[in-house]
Amino acid sequence: MKTLRIGTGAGFAGDRIRPAVDLARNGALDYLVFECLAERTIALAQLDRLNDPAAGYDKRLDQRMRAVLPDCHRHGTRIITNMGAANPLEAARRTAEIAAELGLKLRVAAVVGDDVLDRIGPCILDETGCPASDLGDRLVSANAYLGAEGIVKALARKADIVICGRVADPSLFVAPMIHEFGWALDDHDLIGRGTVVGHLMECGAQVTGGYFADPGVKDVPNLATVGYPIAEVAEDGTAIITKLAGTGGLVSRETCIEQLLYELHDPAQYFQPDVVANFSGVDFSEIGPDRVAVTGGTGAPATGRLKVSVGARDGWIGQGEISYAGPGAVARARLAGEITTERLGHIANQIEDMRVDIIGLDAILPTDAFAPEPRDVRLRIAARCTDTEVARAVADEVEGLYLSGPAGGGGVATTVREVIGIRSTYLPAAEVSTCVHMFGEAG
Amino acid sequence: MKLHEIAHGRTGDKGTTSNISIIAYRPENWPLIESEVTADRVAAIFGPDVDVTRYMLPQLFALNFVVKNALMGGVTRSVALDAHGKGLVYAVLDMRL
Repeated sequence: MKTLRIGTGAGFAGDRIRPAVDLARNGALDYLVFECLAERTIALAQLDRLNDPAAGYDKRLDQRMRAVLPDCHRHGTRIITNMGAANPLEAARRTAEIAAELGLKLRVAAVVGDDVLDRIGPCILDETGCPASDLGDRLVSANAYLGAEGIVKALARKADIVICGRVADPSLFVAPMIHEFGWALDDHDLIGRGTVVGHLMECGAQVTGGYFADPGVKDVPNLATVGYPIAEVAEDGTAIITKLAGTGGLVSRETCIEQLLYELHDPAQYFQPDVVANFSGVDFSEIGPDRVAVTGGTGAPATGRLKVSVGARDGWIGQGEISYAGPGAVARARLAGEITTERLGHIANQIEDMRVDIIGLDAILPTDAFAPEPRDVRLRIAARCTDTEVARAVADEVEGLYLSGPAGGGGVATTVREVIGIRSTYLPAAEVSTCVHMFGEAG
Repeated sequence: MKLHEIAHGRTGDKGTTSNISIIAYRPENWPLIESEVTADRVAAIFGPDVDVTRYMLPQLFALNFVVKNALMGGVTRSVALDAHGKGLVYAVLDMRL
């Protein structure tokens, strides 16, 4: 029976490149998938594109492609990625250029169609209950989560590299399964099973021991050199999750269960553009060192509507931090927070949301009255404001604590950054069509 | 005993909703986890604004808690230090059994 070897070369835009090179060189892969597009990334990329029509794709595209293309070309490994972000056409053109510079004959496809900014106006946003058009000139981007279909079309046209913008992450992995195994798009159980594999793979090292170590209870060997995952997928959609021998990390039943449930709501209904996958019967068995078999996924027909991420300019966050240490540190940090809040009173009506936290005490988890008092703490004040000057004033108030605040404050840091907020809505799938453009040359 | 001694998990985020998995290391601890780590107890950790649903995956000895409104303002607009709520699973693992 035919087995497909798919590797993950990145699970987010900032992911390490070296483990992807190891996979391209030694993984004997059929496909290498780079997932580089978080919820907000595409809206930021759209802002880049507004400034420069040739920009708007992943800033590390050049670096990643140069690092893996020679080995992928040598081994016949095809690449699938959403590094196209807000500009897949330009990303594909650039990738074809890089391949030519490296002397490699490679066909590059761009999959477009996810950009639905031109028709999003009347759609009602989940968060506000109002139409997207109410955002007015703050509206920056609207991208539908495409399914596997566009990528499958590109693979059928013999693309060696497929570059998309917004595509549901698991679909990046399901597409080569559909293409290679000839799965019918309406075979929901197969697509559901493939979606389980895609979901396990989409976050890279999060299934190979990354984001897992907790010394003493969950130890991971050689985490510093953690390897990225490989899925050995069978024609029936079952798979073995593994990693390269000699890399650090761990593939176990536990790492797989944590990743299966990551960003999952109802396990019986994992909504995707290709399918509504059912994870509730998924099971894992360890069949060898760093080898885990995955079985039990099923699926039902997709809903016929696509989720759309809508990006909008959402004001500014001004933020300041200052540290206090030793006896009374918490009391001094509290006093610093109180006086800063008092001093911001005259602009409080221009602040939409504000938090005063004491890092070390209550900044991340709810307060625990029984926890021992830490030896040093850090006051953090952050406020979201529509006006950049108000955000700056919040940060400046924290800086002013140096000479005029409680005793012993040190290590002030302040930032002011623009907020691009993401909201969600839906479009009928029939209103979103994908299109493939080819670049480069046949090998 | 703290839940952290017998279970592990991970937090995920979508918009203003957080999901928290709680997974037993050993099958023999599953009945205790299933009976004690309830939606109500998880909701009590995060205060009055949240709405918690618990899903069970018994073959994996795992629970999945979907905590609505755990991430105030949503990940992209939040003024929280850990805007994704990545660390929230440890508030649940801190539970005394």
